[in-house]
Amino acid sequence: MSLVTRLQQLALVAAIGSMSIPAFADEPVRGGTLRMIAQPEPPTLMLGLNQQGPTQFVAGKIYEGLLRYDQELQPMPGLARDWSVSDDGLEYTFHLQEGVLWHDGEPFTSADVVFTMEEFLSEVHPRARGVLAHVEEIEAPDEHTVIFRLKAPFAAFIQSFEVSSAPMIPAHLYQGTDFRDNPANETPIGTGPFKLERWEQGSYIRLTRNEDYWKEGKPYLDGILFNIVPDAASRAVAFETGRVDVLRGGDIEYFDVARLEQMPDVEVTTEGWEFLSPTIWMQFNLRNEPLDDPRFRQAIWHAVNRDFIVDSIWSGYGKVAKGPVNSASPFFDDSLPDVEYDPERAIELLDEMGLEPNRRGVRATIRFLALPYTETYIRMGEYIRQQLQQVGIELDVTQTDVGGWAQTLGQWDYDMTINLLFQYGDPALGIQRAYVSSNLVKGSPSANVSGLDDPAIDELLTRAATESDPEERFRLYSEFQHEIVDNAYFGYLIEAHFPTVYRNNVRNLVNSAIGLNDNMAEVWIER
Amino acid sequence: MKDLIKAFSHNKAALGGLLFLVVIAIAAVAAPLIYPHSPWQMVGAPFQPPLSGPHLFGTDMLGRDIAAGILYGARVSFLIGIVSTAVALSIGITVGALAGYLGGLVDDALMRVTEFFQTIPSLIFAIVIVAIMSPSILSIVIAIAIVSWPPVARLVRAEFMSLRHREFVEASRVLGVPGWRIMAFDILPNAMAPVIVTASLMVATAILMESGLSFLGLGDPNLISWGYQIGAARTMIRTAWWMSFFPGVAIIITVLCLNLVGEGLNDALNPRIVRRRKA
Repeated sequence: MSLVTRLQQLALVAAIGSMSIPAFADEPVRGGTLRMIAQPEPPTLMLGLNQQGPTQFVAGKIYEGLLRYDQELQPMPGLARDWSVSDDGLEYTFHLQEGVLWHDGEPFTSADVVFTMEEFLSEVHPRARGVLAHVEEIEAPDEHTVIFRLKAPFAAFIQSFEVSSAPMIPAHLYQGTDFRDNPANETPIGTGPFKLERWEQGSYIRLTRNEDYWKEGKPYLDGILFNIVPDAASRAVAFETGRVDVLRGGDIEYFDVARLEQMPDVEVTTEGWEFLSPTIWMQFNLRNEPLDDPRFRQAIWHAVNRDFIVDSIWSGYGKVAKGPVNSASPFFDDSLPDVEYDPERAIELLDEMGLEPNRRGVRATIRFLALPYTETYIRMGEYIRQQLQQVGIELDVTQTDVGGWAQTLGQWDYDMTINLLFQYGDPALGIQRAYVSSNLVKGSPSANVSGLDDPAIDELLTRAATESDPEERFRLYSEFQHEIVDNAYFGYLIEAHFPTVYRNNVRNLVNSAIGLNDNMAEVWIER
Repeated sequence: MKDLIKAFSHNKAALGGLLFLVVIAIAAVAAPLIYPHSPWQMVGAPFQPPLSGPHLFGTDMLGRDIAAGILYGARVSFLIGIVSTAVALSIGITVGALAGYLGGLVDDALMRVTEFFQTIPSLIFAIVIVAIMSPSILSIVIAIAIVSWPPVARLVRAEFMSLRHREFVEASRVLGVPGWRIMAFDILPNAMAPVIVTASLMVATAILMESGLSFLGLGDPNLISWGYQIGAARTMIRTAWWMSFFPGVAIIITVLCLNLVGEGLNDALNPRIVRRRKA
């Protein structure tokens, strides 16, 4: 098995190598600073403690995980040079890269991996905690080998070593400390190709080349500059005037992407989001009336024209989401029913519930927690509010900032909101957490904040996670998707296809399933 | 009163401004008749330029009619302008009258409070108040009223100080008329001329301030307003200029008209100018 994996890897490496020759005929050159935008400003760069989008983006150059993933979500070497899985699917052996140093000069060893998984992440990282619940024990037979023994087969395990899912944390700085209050959080120390040089709050974050990076000759760049520009229009101007080289999905409004694409030497790609596969959904608080009634939730779903959202609000950078699993996933079930835009049907359902319109035509009022992430989300909220008003559902809007939104949602103090769920590869990793009753915990907007507590769903997801036969897994996930959509537990809106806008002298920008969040060791600038 | 109207109508610019304001006010009141649907409703394709189909000023990014938004926005602007000015006037007149009439320690205390409010930049102060109270039409009215009463208080105080020793006031006092009656019925009517002029300008300032708050995303999320329209369309000005242009014009015209009316009132109420005209 080990040999087969190794051969497959070699074949893969050869394939990638041969493919890239025509595309990048010229040799990579050293030097240059890549200028991008961090938006909104990350609260911290300690990736182990915070995995919000901007933190992943910036800290993904500082920290590394054991594995990386190609755009088909197949594992590639990261801090692990190779790996093997035992035939019974219970034992995962990782061989680590040799000669890896932390940014402070200490060597990276298997002890760091064991500390990270066993002590650090299991305490502070909700997603990793879920994965580590499957692990019986972690063993480090020598400095460069780590063995994970699982309690039961868990097919998604091999996809849980991406940098934000399991960033390696230096044991020598964190062991035996209060992780959240450790002063080292201010000066993140990882193994990645770039080190934090300076963070001027509200202005910029500058990373500089890690001269001792373990990959010979990498990274190509001298440094990366993340400008902090709090306004979308100014970000578009910064790109136009050449002050930044790359715009990440969400940096600028979608109608501006088409305009910038017209500029010479500018390219747009929607690749590099395969691992995260963001799905945007209307999340309901199922504990509260009248949202506990499936007819009410179906009415909301029918009242919203999702094609309009994709075409007009997202300028076509997305597609209508059919259910909880992203259509890019191998576990997506295409036989899910299409929920039509049908306001008449919505009114029928509300009538059936006995919700009569009052003098102002209002049948029910619910609180709507607006997600103020970018203008696109604000417009989407306005659109949904208007659509619901037409069938007699009034939304009482709560305005906050992004932090307030996450906090309010994490405290379950809402009736309805818009949320964005990253899928993190396998459904057992990214999706399950928002649906299972065991994750009914306060504090995180990605936990099960909606109060969904359905034993049938729990059962399906738990079985699918521990099943190793792919066909049986597909069947279980398919049943799960039908169950969710039939009960309209949530209203799925759109699968976002975030566009990355960049100048074409920036090479090799997107070369893995996490795109710009990856460590950028291979990125170079043509001069 | 007749003289006042006559003097005011001499001023062509002020008269024009007043007529325009009346037209806008009628349009605002009649908005539900002209556009029976909500201004938030999508009535056409997004990004329609002006004069395309039934949409006079075009549509915005969600296909909402800009003209409908402007008319409904006028209701919000006028409502906030008038109500917050009324609130500010009642605070300002009360404080100024007490300080000016009673003088002494009361005057000192009230003026120190007034100065405290005057030292904080008003828009920033309004933003803070709205942000703390969470945006709604009530919190916006309160915020604008709180930041705009101090000049009224100072003005009224000055008038009261100069009037309180006049003979007609002394006469009332000798007759044993209670202090509050003297303030309300003897002095205040004589002090109103400059207050009325200030009030007309305060309405303009309040409209601008409400637009500023909405522009910054601190408007009432349930009500469309000019500031909101501009704020939402600002980033698209290069692809769809009309979305922010027309609401901007609405603000300019309204504020200009209010200023002209204020100017006209000032001239009409100023006894020296009136006398000069008569001569």
